[in-house]
Amino acid sequence: MTGQREQDTYLLSATDLRVSFGSGAAAREVVSGISFGVRAGECLAIVGQSGSGKSVTARALLGLAGDGSQVSGQLEFAGLDLTSMSERQWRAIRGVRIGFILQDALVSLDAVRPVGREIAEPLRLHKYGNPATRRARVIELLRQVGVPEPEMRARQLPGELSGGLRQRALIATAIALDPQLLIADEPTTALDVTIQAQIIGLLRESKRRGRALIVISHDLAVVSTLADRVAVMRDGEIVEQGRTADILGNPQHPYTQSLLDAIPSAHSRGTRLSEPATLRGRLPASFAAKQRESDRDAPPLLTANGLVKRYKGPDGKVRTVVDKVSFELWPGETLGVVGESGSGKTTTGRIVLAVTRPDEGEVLLNGQPWTNLTEGQRRSRRRHIGVVYQDPLSSFDPRWTVRRILTDALPAEQASARARAERIRELLHQVGLSEDMLERRPLLLSGGQRQRVAIARALAPAPEIIVCDEPVSALDVSIQAQVLDLFADLQDELGLSYIFISHDLGVIHHMSDRVLVMTAGRVVEQGDADQIFSHPAAPYTQRLLEALPRVALDGELADREPAYDRSA
Amino acid sequence: MTSAAADSQVPDEGLARAAEPASELAVGLPPGRSGRRRLRRVLSDVIGGVIVLWGAATLTFVAVHLMPGSPAVAYAGGVGSHPSKSVLNAIIQEYGLNKPIIVQYLVYMGKLLHGNLGYSVSQQMPVSQVIALNVGPTAELTLGSLVLSWVLAVVWTVLTVRRGRIISAIGSGIEVLTASLPQYWLGIILLEVLAFHLGLFPATGGSGLQGLVLPSLTLALPIAGFLGQITREEFESALEQPFVTSARARGMSDWGVRLRHALRHAILPGVTLSGWALGALISGAVIVESLFSRNGLGNTLLTGVTQQDMPLTIGVVLIVAVVYVVATILVDMVYQLVDPRLRSAGQ
Repeated sequence: MTGQREQDTYLLSATDLRVSFGSGAAAREVVSGISFGVRAGECLAIVGQSGSGKSVTARALLGLAGDGSQVSGQLEFAGLDLTSMSERQWRAIRGVRIGFILQDALVSLDAVRPVGREIAEPLRLHKYGNPATRRARVIELLRQVGVPEPEMRARQLPGELSGGLRQRALIATAIALDPQLLIADEPTTALDVTIQAQIIGLLRESKRRGRALIVISHDLAVVSTLADRVAVMRDGEIVEQGRTADILGNPQHPYTQSLLDAIPSAHSRGTRLSEPATLRGRLPASFAAKQRESDRDAPPLLTANGLVKRYKGPDGKVRTVVDKVSFELWPGETLGVVGESGSGKTTTGRIVLAVTRPDEGEVLLNGQPWTNLTEGQRRSRRRHIGVVYQDPLSSFDPRWTVRRILTDALPAEQASARARAERIRELLHQVGLSEDMLERRPLLLSGGQRQRVAIARALAPAPEIIVCDEPVSALDVSIQAQVLDLFADLQDELGLSYIFISHDLGVIHHMSDRVLVMTAGRVVEQGDADQIFSHPAAPYTQRLLEALPRVALDGELADREPAYDRSA
Repeated sequence: MTSAAADSQVPDEGLARAAEPASELAVGLPPGRSGRRRLRRVLSDVIGGVIVLWGAATLTFVAVHLMPGSPAVAYAGGVGSHPSKSVLNAIIQEYGLNKPIIVQYLVYMGKLLHGNLGYSVSQQMPVSQVIALNVGPTAELTLGSLVLSWVLAVVWTVLTVRRGRIISAIGSGIEVLTASLPQYWLGIILLEVLAFHLGLFPATGGSGLQGLVLPSLTLALPIAGFLGQITREEFESALEQPFVTSARARGMSDWGVRLRHALRHAILPGVTLSGWALGALISGAVIVESLFSRNGLGNTLLTGVTQQDMPLTIGVVLIVAVVYVVATILVDMVYQLVDPRLRSAGQ
C-alpha cells in the first residue's frame, strides 16, 4: 500500500544506479541515476533503443558491467547489498540466485562446446551433485524448456541446432539452478514469430512459478505480453515507468509515444512512422493521406511462373526449397513476401534477381524472358532490378568509401566525372544523407546510415524494381521507422515497385499492397494485404497471425482472438 | 563462423535454414558416417601430400640437370671432389645418364621409391644411412622447440591478455620483440649468458635434456613470439564474445573463462600455422645445430651444400619435404580435435 511497504517486497531494487566508463575528464556516464525494482513472480521490462543503457544496466545487476566501469548507487538483492560484493561473493550469486539470458544464442553459447556441457557448467561451478546427476539434470532441463530428443541435442554443438532450440538451450543454462531472478537481454530478438511465442511462453512459465523476471527489450509488443511493469529508458535515464497497461496504453512521455508510433503494423499503413527528421525536409502531411496507386491495368512489370528450386542437402537428400511459386508485380506496387526462416522467400528473391537459376519455371521482366537468358544477354538489363539486403555491412567492401561504393554502382555509360558527381549528390539527397558522408567508410556509419547507403546504391542505376530482403530486420524500431518511411517516399517519388521480403508481419502489413505468404517453399496464400491480414484464409497464415505478439493494452495476453488490426 | 564460409556452402539464408534439420540428423547418425567422413578427409590430405612429394622430387631432378656441369659430377660429389673416370662411369651407368632424359627421370624416381638416395661422398656412407643417423636429434630439437614455443606462447598470453593497459602492453611488446629476434644472434646471447657466464647449461653438444635446453630455446623464442601474437589477438576477440559474458553470468571465474572457453578459440589460428612453424624450425635448425655443434639434419644439410655433395643435399631436402607433408596432415587432424564444428559441418 505505502511506498515503503512496496520497497520492502522487492526482490531486487536499484536506487540511483549510475554506471560510467573511463575516468576523470574522459568519463562517460551511460546509466545516470535510475531507480527500479522487481518482486518475486513479477516481470519488469526495461525498454529503449540501442545505446539507451539498458543492456549495461542488466549487466550491472550481475556485477558484469564491463572493464573499466564504475557502478554507484544502491543495489539490493534479497537483503544483500550488491554494491559491496567481492568477486568471490558475486560468483556465488551469478547462476545460482540470478540467471542471465543473452540475446542470440549462437554467439552466447560457446560454439565449440556441446550444448549439454554448457548447460552442465553452472551445475559444475556451483557443485551440484556428481557428474551422473548433472547429466540427468541437463536432460531434464532440456526437456523442461521443450527441446525434443534431449539426449541427442545435449551432444550437439550450438551451430547444429535451429535458432529456436538454441535459444531454449541458452535459457536452460540460465535456469539450471532455478535462480530467484532471471534477467533476459533481448531474449526473442531475431527469432521467428512462432519461436518467439514459445520463448515468451517459457519466460511466462518461470514467472508463474514465482521467479522474478527482468526483460530488456526494444520490442514493445513482446514487452506487452510479458511484463507487469515497464521502465522506458533513454540516454541512461528512465523517462517513465509504471504498469504495462498504463505506460503502453497512455504514455505520458513523448519518447514513449514515439516508440509506440514507430511500430509498423496495420494501423500505420499510409502514414509516416517517424518524425520528418531527415534532411529531406518534406512535410509528412502530403504523404499521410495519400494512397499508393499501383497501375493494375498496365501489363505486369514482372511475372514469375511456376518457380521451382531444389537443393541437395549434406545428407544427399534433395529438398525443394521453392515449390511452384507464381506471382505478378505491377508497376508502382509493393509485393510483400512473408514467411519464417526456411520458407524459401530469400531463394525466391534470388531467383527474381537472376542470381539463382530456377530448376523449373521462369521469371519474365516487362513480358520478356529474364531468368532464361544467358548472363551475357541479361547484363544490359540488370539495371532494371536492384537489391537491398538485411546486413549492408557485409555487402560493402569495408575499405571503400561511400563515394566509391556509389560510383561503382553507377551505370558505366555515365562517363563524365561531373555527371557522376552530380548523380551521387542526387542519390544522397534522395536517401536523406548529407554529403560529408561521402568520404566515410561503412564501418563508421550507423546501422540506419548504412542501410541508406545500401538503398542509394540500389537506386544508382535507376531501377524499376527493388528486391528488399529483410531490409530493416537489423535496425532499432525508430531507425526502422525512418528507413520504412524512406522506402515509401522513394516509391512515391520514383514510381518504384518493391518485392519486400520480411519475417515481420507488422512491417509487411505496413508496406505492402499485396502479400505472398510462404511456408516450406510454397505459396499458401496471396492477395490484397488488408484482406489477408484481416481474414486470413490459409490455416498457416492464421497460425502466424495468432503467434504474433502485439502491444496489448490491457496488459494481459488476452489477445488470442485474431484482433491483429487494433484500429479495426 | 564467418558468413563467407557459410556463403560458400549454401546459396542463401533460406536454404541454410532449410538444410539445418539435415545437419541435425547427420549428427544423430551412427558414428560410422562421421568416422568415414574424417577418414576421407585424411585420405585426401595424404593424396595431396604424395603429390607435393612427387613435385619436390621432380624439382630436385630438374635442379641437378639445370646446374652447370654434368649431372654425373654432381652426383659424384661435385667438382671439388675430383671424381675419377671410373667413378663417373659407374655413376653414368647407375643413373642411366647416357640414356634419354625421360629414362633418367624414371630411373631417378625408381631409386627414390626404393629408398635409395644415393651415396654421400663427403660422409663416406649411403645417404639414407646419414639421414637415419641424424633425423633423431633434429626431430628432438624441432618438436621440442615447437612444444616449448606453444607452452611459452599460451602461458604468456593467458597471463597477460586483457590485464589492464600496462600489463597487456608489456605482454604484446615482449611478443613483438621475441618474434623479431634473429635466431643466430639470440643463440649467441643465450650461449654467452647462460652457458659461458652462468654455466647453467652446456655450451655445445651435451646429452639428454640439459643439452637440448639452449638450442630449443633459441629456436622456440621467436616462434613463441609469433604464435603469441596471433593467439593474443584471437584471445582478445574471444574474451569480447557474448558467450564469455554468458559464462561469467553462470558464476565462472575470470580464470575459468580464460582456460575453459577463450583459450580453445584463441589457439585455433596458431594451430593452423603450426605446420608452417615446424618448417621454420627445421630451417632454423641449420643455424642452431651448427652454432651449438649438434648432430642433425640441419648440420648435414650445411655439409652437403658446402661440400657440393649433391646426393646428400637432395636427400635432406626430400626428407624435410616429407616432414612438412606429415606435419600438415597432423595439424589438420589436431585442428579437427580442437574445433569440433569441422567434424560435424561436413564437407
